[in-house]
Amino acid sequence: MSFAPVHNFRLTTLIASVMLASAAHAQQPRTAWGEPDLAGAYSEFTLAPLERPVELGTKEFFTAQEAREYQQRVLEEADQDDETVAGTQEDVHYDMGTFSLSANEGRTSENFRTSIITTPANGRIPPLTEAALTRQKARNAIRAGHEFDGPEMRSLSERCVVWTSTLPPILPGGYNSNLQIFQSPGYVVIQGEMGDPRIIPTDGKPLPDKLLPQWNGTSAGRWEGDTLVVQTAGFHPNAAWRNASEHMKVTERITRVDADTLEYQFQVEDPTTWAEPWGGVYPLTDLDGILFEYACTEGNYGMANILSGQRALEREAAAKVQP
Amino acid sequence: MKALTLLALFALQATAAPQDEFPRAADGHPDFSGVWQTITTAHWNLEPHIAAPGGVPALGAQFAVAPGLGVVVGDRIPYKPEALAQRDTNFANRLTADPETNCYLGGVPRSTYMPYPLQIFQSSDIVSIAYQYATGLRRIDIGGTYEAPLDSWMGWSNAKWEGDTLVVEVTGFNGQTWLDRAGNYASAAAKVTERYTPLSPNHIQYEATIEDPSVYTEAWSIRMPLYRIVDDNYRLLEFKCEPFAEEKLYGHLRKPAE
Repeated sequence: MSFAPVHNFRLTTLIASVMLASAAHAQQPRTAWGEPDLAGAYSEFTLAPLERPVELGTKEFFTAQEAREYQQRVLEEADQDDETVAGTQEDVHYDMGTFSLSANEGRTSENFRTSIITTPANGRIPPLTEAALTRQKARNAIRAGHEFDGPEMRSLSERCVVWTSTLPPILPGGYNSNLQIFQSPGYVVIQGEMGDPRIIPTDGKPLPDKLLPQWNGTSAGRWEGDTLVVQTAGFHPNAAWRNASEHMKVTERITRVDADTLEYQFQVEDPTTWAEPWGGVYPLTDLDGILFEYACTEGNYGMANILSGQRALEREAAAKVQP
Repeated sequence: MKALTLLALFALQATAAPQDEFPRAADGHPDFSGVWQTITTAHWNLEPHIAAPGGVPALGAQFAVAPGLGVVVGDRIPYKPEALAQRDTNFANRLTADPETNCYLGGVPRSTYMPYPLQIFQSSDIVSIAYQYATGLRRIDIGGTYEAPLDSWMGWSNAKWEGDTLVVEVTGFNGQTWLDRAGNYASAAAKVTERYTPLSPNHIQYEATIEDPSVYTEAWSIRMPLYRIVDDNYRLLEFKCEPFAEEKLYGHLRKPAE
């Protein structure tokens, strides 16, 4: 696969950009009705991992030299992923390079961070509470030994219900880590490429007291200066994002940093799942293009193949038992 | 006295004016942003039809076909003979063959008049429409000249203004969508031209012309109003129907009961 060096180093780091944000205020592109213009299609790819490697402790940023070395290592590893051996599962599943799916094919902004997570200070997801572990065990017990019995036993993403990467908070996933933002007066719509349009009113009204469970939750937004602040709650109990309960609350802050980049900040809290809130930040990079329709269930040959494959195995096993 | 009446009339007009006019965007064009829904039985059948059983006897009168005068200009879709035969085959197989039964994306124009609301978001250069059904989404570029890179369910939309009418050309379909529950259909070659025109402050006249020489003898149109949903604090809820179609799509592949 060809190596696509699209990681153009700019002189400013993200921190510097944030510090310059007030100076950049005047150039902040605005919609015809005067709100900050966040519309566009963006890549969520970033070289920083979600969680910081333990050995880095509380070191939040790489030096420029370390960042270059780290980038080279990550991209080389990603590049190796593209070389598949004929007849292996990797070869018939996704050749990550072919469909511009691997990390070295997507557009990214420079990011010196050692992890996406910034809170807590170790850059790692806090451990699950006892209550969350109990819920996780109960869910696993239902599936244990029945993982291939029927569609309900498969993951939500295999079922084309929701993808962990596109629910709020939006985090880069294995592939198709792109999103698009639309705006109209009083509304912002965010859609992860594989996800649903999240309709966010920006009139500053708080979330309604009574929320019906929704897979993507219900969102309420407001502008704080040039930053869009979105609060989301009311999740479907089965969404169980990273083992969270339906009581999870998500706060997202989206700010334009420059013509090419938005900064995406998020924080999640759910005391029944994590003892403390956690969150992070990463750049969204303008894709310079538009997203194509992701019709999931319409092309879900995988589900039928998974189930029929298992039925075939069961028939084979039964034939062996019977003389 | 006459002057007084006139004055009163002026005063009435002055205060009522904002409600009497279709909202305008900052650029002066009509602003179609809002939540809208049709009130028709077009989702059952675009052509005129009388009431009929729904096809699942166990459901009785529930989900039976509601009657309608039709939304096709001139009543009948001008099918070629072999295409009409295909429509009738579709109708005969509608309980299993209609893509709606699988929770597949509705396509255009069908998504407009399915019995679910839609929400329009309009900026100066892009109109996006979120459809409640199957959480569908369209991006419509005003002044865009994009060509579809690949066929898709919702097609590829470019728009332009003709006075107060937003004219949207949609191409690049995959030919797998239907136009209603009666088996009416278009092929992948279809070109759909939608016209959104302000009708009154809370109504849009929606018109769609469908050209597809492989299926019809001539271009034809449907026309119906979109009604603004004016309820306080209304918001579009999810209609994520994928789980509802799993038994139909994969039930035969379940592990048999032991």
